[in-house]
This record gives sequence, C-alpha cells and structure tokens, in this order.
Amino acid sequence: MAELNTDEGGGGKKKHSKQRAKKSSTRIDMTPMVDLGFLLLTFFILTTTFSKPKAMEINMPVKDKDLTDAEKNKVPAEHTLNMILTKDNVVYWYFGVADPNKPLPALNKSNFSKDGIRKVLIAENNKRHNAFKQIEDWKKEVAAGKLEEADYKEKVKAFRAQYKTSSLIVLLKPDKDAKYKNVVDALDEMAICNIGSYALLEANQVEDMMVANANTYK
Amino acid sequence: MPKSSPSIDMTPMVDLAFLLVTFFMLISQFRAEEAAVIDMPSSVSDLVIPDKDIMMILVDKDDKVFFTVTGQDTRRNVLEKMGEKYKVTFTEEQKKEFSNMSSFGVPIRQLPAYLDAGSPEKKKAIQDQSKGIPLDSVACELCDWVFYSRIGAPKYRVAIKGDQAASYPAIRRVMDILQEKKVNKFNLITNMETGSAE
Repeated sequence: MAELNTDEGGGGKKKHSKQRAKKSSTRIDMTPMVDLGFLLLTFFILTTTFSKPKAMEINMPVKDKDLTDAEKNKVPAEHTLNMILTKDNVVYWYFGVADPNKPLPALNKSNFSKDGIRKVLIAENNKRHNAFKQIEDWKKEVAAGKLEEADYKEKVKAFRAQYKTSSLIVLLKPDKDAKYKNVVDALDEMAICNIGSYALLEANQVEDMMVANANTYK
Repeated sequence: MPKSSPSIDMTPMVDLAFLLVTFFMLISQFRAEEAAVIDMPSSVSDLVIPDKDIMMILVDKDDKVFFTVTGQDTRRNVLEKMGEKYKVTFTEEQKKEFSNMSSFGVPIRQLPAYLDAGSPEKKKAIQDQSKGIPLDSVACELCDWVFYSRIGAPKYRVAIKGDQAASYPAIRRVMDILQEKKVNKFNLITNMETGSAE
C-alpha cells in the first residue's frame, strides 16, 4: 500500500512533530469500494450472455399464382423421400408418392435421434452416389484449412448440378400437430446429411389419413 | 514478535475486481427486454445473426406473435404509417416510447394503452390479455407491419424467432405472410447445438 513516510528521520525533531499534529494514516478504508466493485461485477456477470443466437437461413420457393401446373417443378417419385413430422417428435417416412387411387406406401416410424432418421437419410444418399461421403471429405478439408470456403461452395454446387436428376429429394411435411422444434430439427438433419434438395411443404389429406392410421394400429 | 495487523491488504483483490468489472461492462450489450420469453430450438447452423438491420417476428409457445424491427427512426416511421392506415393516433411520447422499446405483441388498437402503461408489470398485464398481433386474413396486422417495415428499410434481414413448442401451423402462417410480402429468404433463429451433433 502506498504510504507516505512523513518521518524526517531526525531524532529530536520527530518527537516534536508528533506532538504538533497527530499522524493520521494514509490508508483508506476500501471496504465500501470493494463492496460496490463486487456488486457491479456480479451484476455484469449475471447480465452478460456469451452465446449469441445463431441462425439458419432458408430460401422458400417463389409463390407465383400464375404458374401453370406444367411449369411447376415435378420431382421424380423414385428419388423422393417424404418425411411427415407429427406430434411427440415422431417422423414417418415413405418413398414415392401417396396416391389415393393406388395402394398406399407403408409408413416407417422414426425419430430425430442419432440412430433415427439420420441413418436412413445417409444410407439413401450413399445408395444413389457417394454424395454424402464426398461432401463430407470436402468439409473435413475445409476444417483442416486445405480447402478454401469459396472453393468448397463451388465444388458442392458443381457436384449437385451433376447429380441433379439422380440425387435424393426430401419433402418435409410437418402436419398440424408438429412443433416448430421438429421443423428446425428436420432442417438440421438436411444440413448434417448434406441433402441439397429439400422442400418444406404441408402434409396433405392422404398423408394425414396415413398418419392417423399408423397411430391407431401401432 | 511483531504484532501482525488484522486487516488484510485488499489492493490486489480490488484491482482484480475492477478489472473484471471493466471487462464485463465493455463486453455486455444492453438489450431492451423482450416482451416474450422464447426458448429457441438448437441447430448445428453457425450463421451469426447481426444485431442491427433486422426485422424479427417472434412466436412464443402459445403461438402468440410478436414483432420488432431495429433502428429508432425506422420504428417511428413504421408506427406513423401504421397509425395512418388503422386510424390510430399516437402522441409524441408514445412514439418515443415505441422507438425505444423492443418487441411487442398487441393489436394496434391496444398499442397506445400499452405504450402508456409505463411500468413493466402493467405492460405485461396488457400483453397477457391480448392474443398477440392478429394474423387472420381479414385483419392481418402483421402483414402491414412487415409491409411498412420493408418499405422503410428494404435492406433489412428478416428473421423468425420461434419457441420450440410453437406449433407448426402458426409458424407456417408467418412464413406464408412473409412470402405474400415477397420475402422468400429469411432466417430462423436458433441456439447453438450442444453435444449431440456429431
């Protein structure tokens, strides 16, 4: 602590000055300051949030009412995987199209755990071409610093264009019981499984019926 | 034996304490309290959302819809335009209050009362009674909020901040409204995934 030494060192003088003025300590009681300091510290610690919220970006297709049926994108049924998101974090999935005039496809039940829908998506993706593995390798290269972020994006784009007609297309169909969390989870799975083409739609009546049936006869 | 003083030299401790105070003061950003408590879902996405130039639509767990847009001038502008359209007049204080606050979730008719409420408790009471910003196609106030914000600030990013438990139809309705207003690209605000992502 900084303390001024008022002592002159002279023997006789010392005694004299002590009598004249009582030597007051230059130490200040810092307790209130410390109290305040810690109060502020606690306040700022408690109010600070370190993790900033993150965001995922989604691009929705342009809704154009003038578009004729012929102009709309038709998706090849054999590459289409439908995911119906419903209550209790359940996902039902099936391939192709549910046509009410034909025998309905069987629903498979799954969930959003690591061994749930993700396994199916990765397996299906690998079955078509090695998209998953290839993109995954590039991702690792980017992480290791061997590949530039821009180059990676270019590569992925070219790759997707090349396999445009044969890659897996996922149609996400949350039904009326689905929660927002399920939708985010599903979009997340798309990112994790490197699925380039997916769409966020709504479950149609046939699918609602299929889900209702699946819930009844489980 | 020298008599040791019972008081400890607190200087290093104080130094450290004030260092930390300074650190936290500089690092923390004050944000007006959100009108809604929202528990966001988590994702692996790592896109950082900017603090400014953003228009945000919040959906809480009861599917109530809240709206906010950044920038004091933008907010004031939007409020004036909305007032004109819905024939609600706002006083200068109300406008000021509006430009300084964060998100709100009341129909425009209740907005003057909400802005006059003063204390957070009273605001909360008004908030709790209302059903959020109306979305139905006859009186789609959210559509107009989005529309005037887009006019006032066309470069703004649009984000949806939904609660985990918000129902999909509610979110879908918000997305449809955005698409009606030609916003086809928007962000979903999430928390950073912890652990489970492999």
